[in-house]
Amino acid sequence: MYRYDEFDHAFVSSRVEQFRDQVERRLSGELAEDAFKPLRLMNGVYLQLHAYMLRVAIPYGTLSSRQMRMLAHIARKYDRGYGHFTTRQNIQYNWPRLSDTPDILNELASVEMHALQTSGNCIRNVTADHFAGAAADEVADPRPYAEILRQWSSVHPEFSFLPRKFKIAVTGAERDRAAIQVHDIGLHLKKDENGRLGFAVYVGGGQGRTPMIAKKIRDFLPEEDLLSYTTAIMRVYNLHGRRDNKYKARIKILVHETGAEELSRQVEVEFAALKDTELKLPETDIQAISTYFAPPALDNRAEGWESLARWKKTDSEFARWVQQNVQPHKHPDYGMVTISLKPIGGIPGDASDAQMDAVADIAEEYAFDEIRVSHEQNLILPHVALADLEPVYRALVAAGLATANAGLITDIIACPGLDYCALANARSIPVAQEISTRFGSPERQAEIGELKIKISGCINACGHHHVGHIGLLGVEKKGAELYQITLGGSGDENTSIGEIIGRGFEPEKVTDAVETIVDTYLGLRRDGQETFLEAYRRVGPQPFKDALYGSAQEAA
Amino acid sequence: MVSKVLTANRLSDGISVWLDAAGNWGESLQDAFIARHAEAVTALEATGKQAFDDNKVVDVNVVDVEEVNGTLRPLRMRERIRAEGPSIPYAAGYNGLSGPKHAA
Repeated sequence: MYRYDEFDHAFVSSRVEQFRDQVERRLSGELAEDAFKPLRLMNGVYLQLHAYMLRVAIPYGTLSSRQMRMLAHIARKYDRGYGHFTTRQNIQYNWPRLSDTPDILNELASVEMHALQTSGNCIRNVTADHFAGAAADEVADPRPYAEILRQWSSVHPEFSFLPRKFKIAVTGAERDRAAIQVHDIGLHLKKDENGRLGFAVYVGGGQGRTPMIAKKIRDFLPEEDLLSYTTAIMRVYNLHGRRDNKYKARIKILVHETGAEELSRQVEVEFAALKDTELKLPETDIQAISTYFAPPALDNRAEGWESLARWKKTDSEFARWVQQNVQPHKHPDYGMVTISLKPIGGIPGDASDAQMDAVADIAEEYAFDEIRVSHEQNLILPHVALADLEPVYRALVAAGLATANAGLITDIIACPGLDYCALANARSIPVAQEISTRFGSPERQAEIGELKIKISGCINACGHHHVGHIGLLGVEKKGAELYQITLGGSGDENTSIGEIIGRGFEPEKVTDAVETIVDTYLGLRRDGQETFLEAYRRVGPQPFKDALYGSAQEAA
Repeated sequence: MVSKVLTANRLSDGISVWLDAAGNWGESLQDAFIARHAEAVTALEATGKQAFDDNKVVDVNVVDVEEVNGTLRPLRMRERIRAEGPSIPYAAGYNGLSGPKHAA
């Protein structure tokens, strides 16, 4: 893992003290709200419906046990005993006092964490594949590049007041688990025909009120040009991105209005001027950063195969959990474990302080002290020996964290919605809970297979509904909640934006509607291997419209 | 005229508060002062502005409420959730909207 150097420590500490002074001046009345609001946002402090909310950055979703314990401690000491892991691989606390936030940030700084750039019109937390450094299908670990981008973008003077927020995601595998095509910049780390590392560069993706799939503007950018090319994109955006209308200010609108070809030309002009400047990444720097992300020394543990087979035979629930929540690791004797934060009927992404402590303990004992947060709001132990899966499972069961549903219909993404969020128009969490409860039976989930439901409580789409196989968008209509359903969205290497299927459903009818969609899929799929998304892409929306609204009835 | 109350979030901790008849900001909607005519609403707005300027509260708003069997109920779902807390049991010991605190 990356470790702070002296500069990092001094910088983060000085920002904490600066914010402490700002909070004190605000509380004493010396600073007015209008002056203070942008300052608190720069430090991750929002005001939501019930209280302030603090969003803590988890760079590329990577955490140590020590850091996870600190997150638990903060939940316990300064909040109400829980935190919410987000689709940006961060964590949010829902009840911090403003007066406590400098102390919280100080505690975070002691474990090399902060809340900088988790808000505001700047480059936000750079996200990455949650299986980075462990996945069997990976070309190279994308996190060193995410870390380089983090260092470069932190309080970058030129890019701290962009037209709008800016999100970068990096993946190192063909299978895109970081949803790079719905980010402002998506980077796909790959090798060229000579074995050199570089990136396919995507620009202008995003969700929100105007969902767009990013355009590929570079098929291969050598790794040493990462910062100069990214700077070139940022300069074009900073210059031409719209500042007259916040709803048209994201780079996706600029790409759409300018055209990818012309935008690419402008970027190349900037890039030509920057290519051979100090922004060129020396090989030694890339190597130095990569050293921090070297995989742990994984001893051969071939004995795990036999034990695993035996345990699976004697415990069907364990076998189901392995089947669903353990993925192949680069090393054949190891697996990547998904810790589901989606208990049946629970709140997607929430974890109590005790659960966070439990995950930290398990990671320390069995998983080389490494934890990841996935954009699907789960936690990951990237390196677990097959020989240790059984004790890991037992410990997760004891902590209420062993739900065997990764990638299944109850593994639902949901934003906080109207239960917490000041921007929301409708609730997300209770909808997720009801769907999860309805489909909670393991047998039924297994029969349905891979199906991603994503729920947002407003058009800002924090719940990624546009790329849900089934997406639910909560709106307010005549003072009541209504849920619009989209089908066929996907946030992987074959990204698609879901299509609105017809008129919306009231809260008490939306679970029935989802069930109708699922039953329709089960009735028309070719066989048990054809997933919901594959079936939808084959047959289109009509059978689902017919089932939901009646074939004769217009789905207005 | 629709009845109205004055709400905000307390500066120091962000907790939702409502203005009561004694001019204090309390954590219960049920204790809120109810404005039933235009002059009273104007007075509420002025009080809210003053409290904001005095750095006691932020995000000050006048919201519509109705009285049902002696209980105040905001017309908008958003304000009902602000008044009653998240509609879900988020932590041990919390009962959500249907909990005893809010039982009719």
